[in-house]
Amino acid sequence: MGLTFTKLFAKLGYKKEMRILMVGLDNAGKTTVLYKLKLGEVVTTIPTIGFNVETVEYKNISFTVWDVGGQTKIRPLWRHYFQNTQGLIFVVDSNDRDRIHETKDELHKMLNEDDLRDAVLLVFANKQDLPNAMNAAEITDKLGLHALKQRHWYIQAAIATSGEGLYEGLDWLQANIAQRI
Amino acid sequence: MASNAQDNHAPLRAQDGKKDEDDEEDFEYSPFHGIEKGAVLQEARIFHAAQTDSRKCQQVLTRLLYLLTQGESFTKNEATEVFFSCTKLFQNGDANLRRLVYLIIKELPPGSDEVIIVTASLMKDMTSNNELYKGGSIRVLCRILDSSLLQQVERYFKQAIVDKAPVVASAALVSGLHMLRENPDIVKRWSSEVQDAVQSRNPMVQFHSVALLYQLKSGDRLAISKLVSSLTRGNVRSPLAQMMIVRCVARVIADSQAYADQERPFYDFLESCLRHKGEMVIFEAAKAIVELNGVTEAELAPAITILQLFLSSSKPVLRFAAVRILNKVAIDHPMAVSNCNIDMETLISDQNRSIATLAITTLLKTGNESSIDRLMKQMSSFMTEIGDEFKIVVVDAVHKLCIKFPTKFRSMMSFLSSVLREEGGFEYKKSIINAILGIVRTVAESKETALTHLCEFIEDCEFTYLSTQILHLLGEEGPKTSHPAKYIRYVYNRIILENATVRAAAVAALANFGMRVPSLAPRVRVLLRRTLRDNDDEVRDRATMYLKLLGDDATGEQQEPTPRPKVLRGQNVSLAGLERCLREYLDTPMTEAFDMAGVPEKELVPVEASKPGAPGASGSGDLSGDLSLKSDFEEALQQIPEFADLGPLFKSCDAVELVEKETEYTVSCVKHIFASHVVLQFDMTNTIEEQVLEDVSVDVDLAEAEAYEEVLTIPATRLPYGVVAQTYVLLAYEQGTMPFGRMVSTLKFVVKEIDPSTGDEEEDGFEDEYPLEDVYCSPGDYLQRTKISNFRNAWDAQDPDTEVVDEYGIGQRDSLQDAVEAVVETLGLAACEGTEAVPPNARSHVCLLHGRTTAGGSALARVNFGMDRNYEVAIKLTVRGESQDVSESLHAIVAEG
Repeated sequence: MGLTFTKLFAKLGYKKEMRILMVGLDNAGKTTVLYKLKLGEVVTTIPTIGFNVETVEYKNISFTVWDVGGQTKIRPLWRHYFQNTQGLIFVVDSNDRDRIHETKDELHKMLNEDDLRDAVLLVFANKQDLPNAMNAAEITDKLGLHALKQRHWYIQAAIATSGEGLYEGLDWLQANIAQRI
Repeated sequence: MASNAQDNHAPLRAQDGKKDEDDEEDFEYSPFHGIEKGAVLQEARIFHAAQTDSRKCQQVLTRLLYLLTQGESFTKNEATEVFFSCTKLFQNGDANLRRLVYLIIKELPPGSDEVIIVTASLMKDMTSNNELYKGGSIRVLCRILDSSLLQQVERYFKQAIVDKAPVVASAALVSGLHMLRENPDIVKRWSSEVQDAVQSRNPMVQFHSVALLYQLKSGDRLAISKLVSSLTRGNVRSPLAQMMIVRCVARVIADSQAYADQERPFYDFLESCLRHKGEMVIFEAAKAIVELNGVTEAELAPAITILQLFLSSSKPVLRFAAVRILNKVAIDHPMAVSNCNIDMETLISDQNRSIATLAITTLLKTGNESSIDRLMKQMSSFMTEIGDEFKIVVVDAVHKLCIKFPTKFRSMMSFLSSVLREEGGFEYKKSIINAILGIVRTVAESKETALTHLCEFIEDCEFTYLSTQILHLLGEEGPKTSHPAKYIRYVYNRIILENATVRAAAVAALANFGMRVPSLAPRVRVLLRRTLRDNDDEVRDRATMYLKLLGDDATGEQQEPTPRPKVLRGQNVSLAGLERCLREYLDTPMTEAFDMAGVPEKELVPVEASKPGAPGASGSGDLSGDLSLKSDFEEALQQIPEFADLGPLFKSCDAVELVEKETEYTVSCVKHIFASHVVLQFDMTNTIEEQVLEDVSVDVDLAEAEAYEEVLTIPATRLPYGVVAQTYVLLAYEQGTMPFGRMVSTLKFVVKEIDPSTGDEEEDGFEDEYPLEDVYCSPGDYLQRTKISNFRNAWDAQDPDTEVVDEYGIGQRDSLQDAVEAVVETLGLAACEGTEAVPPNARSHVCLLHGRTTAGGSALARVNFGMDRNYEVAIKLTVRGESQDVSESLHAIVAEG
């Protein structure tokens, strides 16, 4: 029976697939976001040397999320994962005021890449629970998001450890990518 | 490259996706038939797809791996591209696909800055629950981890080593072996886990853990010894691991040679392994035993017995292994192997020719004189069936055999000549020729037979190199035989039939006959005249030159033979000097003939360019280098009128330096022994640029060598800077005696200074002298090293009354072999019947020596060597000779030396 159903869904185009690339500076909380979405729980993480890839099912959409490490030596390798990426999740450590400028540079450098011209951008302003965190508006400003032309973008305040804001982000992705498919 | 792959692997199996007109044909295609790198790289793009098709991806990966193993090279960009697209396959959980991804990451050489991208994924796989993931990822990780990352995952490696799943444990152990090279400190911390793994029930895990454990301790001899003894007691069941232990044991034994007197450790263990169930272990143990350093016959016996059983095994591989080891053992311990002779004989007809060859060569080593003829016959029957490589082995064996049984040279020579006639490659023919020449050197009687065979060989020889070598040898040796005339036909045939290089060599050889054998000279002249119209320059030139030398000009008129120019006489003409003289001559109008006499001594020739007294500098071929050494000197001496009537030269001793290196003048002395005279030839070089020496001679004080009488001295008139000049001293002694003694010698000369600015020398010189080291004449100088084939007969033939026996201590030596070499060298005799080789670790040895005296008689010596614990060597020297004097002289050598 199961087989019949899957086929049926496939025919109706009911179950969609989305390829998401999740990047950001090291220690922004990407891996925590990924496993919170995947497993619904907070896992202990170590700095990701390389990438994690998981499929997250949400609202009948299957998100294949590529979480690529944010260390300086890995950033040059991000570009190898741009191809076929429909959605870009950029995770920002809202508490890290020192590196917000570096964050902006990395983001803009990436958005200039040809392979990513059709990808929508979701920014997670993570770690909102921390006392000194910048709010979403401040980060929007600091990252120069308003200057982005021809780019579909959205910023979502989030707390990865509690899961707050994560699904809202996915909702936006689902809505916006679905339009384009 | 791609097209290569295509050609090599065309018809293997059917390509499933490619069904076109080829379907009609019968033969099948490889699935990889016709794949091209470009196309496969295109296909690899499917790895980027959002949903990967596992089956399709596996096919593409297989093709990529195929290309990589075929040696296809990927550019940096291609490799990076493929590597990153492969990493995307980590999203697919299919175990088969993952395994291929692991393989491709190992095969592709991504840069170290790029390969880190898979670290996290591999680490995740390593900690997953899937055994296949674990094993595979561990093997990849060991390739890409650096030491800092390795420290992070070290505990997972430790866990993996003791993992229940053998595939995981083995992977971790093997990775440990690999990483030991880069990160020994980290891997060494795992030894307790590895120790646990030794207890594993899985044979492969046990094997790997033993190997790793041994590597871990390999730096520390004591630890290794302990480890091995615990391993040999433990219950290691896996044959592989057991075999590994045998190897370790063998190495421990080899390392523990320092305590040679103690009982050999672990021998019992090796012996018990001979009774193991697994053939692998038995074989390894037998191999270890026979390779023991200084193994005794008693120790060998059980191993040989086991190998003997293998000989009659139904498995070819066991027969081969056994016979190969026995073949090696037979070199040192022929007696031990002789028990297997019967089994070995049946192997001669083995279907596998490699086994048969090894069997027969082993038999040759172990056999006695009586069986040789039969073996030779059997061998000839299957020589055509084996490859060149094995034929060379056989030929070498025959060569060695002939040295051992010189009396059998006839059958061996005929065997060699028959194989020489057969088809074969260059290396093979060369080894045959070498064997024949080796036999000629050891067995003098065989020379004529050998020359005849060689003559026949060059009749139909396709290798120019060998032909020219043989022709040179014929030219050197042919004239000395009893019927030199019969070789001329063979040599002349070459001139008619061969290529230019061979023709030129043949002309030279032919001319040699003419010059050495006066009665043949007219005939040779006729033949040489015919080659004057050869269409090769070199051949014509040689013919013209030799005709001139033989006293003939192109018109055919007889003339007085021109004296041979110095180049041909083997005189030490500096080639650089000659070349310069010739260049200068070319600048002149060339109205006068070039004066050869002006070249050698009068010219200022830098020392580096000339080769003072170097034997063989006259360019004699490598086949007869040692034969020509004496004749070089002989001809040089005959030129000097004072020495013309001394008779034939008996022997020229090796040159001895009489001054320290790097001094003002270098002087070396060569002693030439004649029947009743000794010529001392001093080769001198002046190394001071501002001086020229005149009237140079060596003054020899005979106060301590009264048996000699000084006859005359020939001084060198002039010794400019950098030139080699000779002075001679002629001494007479009573014929038949072997006088010896030390002579104090002094170099005397007149020095003239040279003004460095103008290069003019001063008119007046002053007399000066320069002390040299003593010239020492030993009784050994009067002996020619000649080998004889049957020592016992010769020994018994000598008058027992001449026998003189004495014992000497010759001090501490590194080994008996050392002592034997030293004694043989001092005595001036040749070791017979292969007794110069001492078996390793022997404590005593008997050496049989023979030499020929100036009177033509024999001197025989039997030397018993003994060595004690402190490596002190004592010898007992028993000598018989043509007279008591000879015997006593030989003792004098040892007593003096």
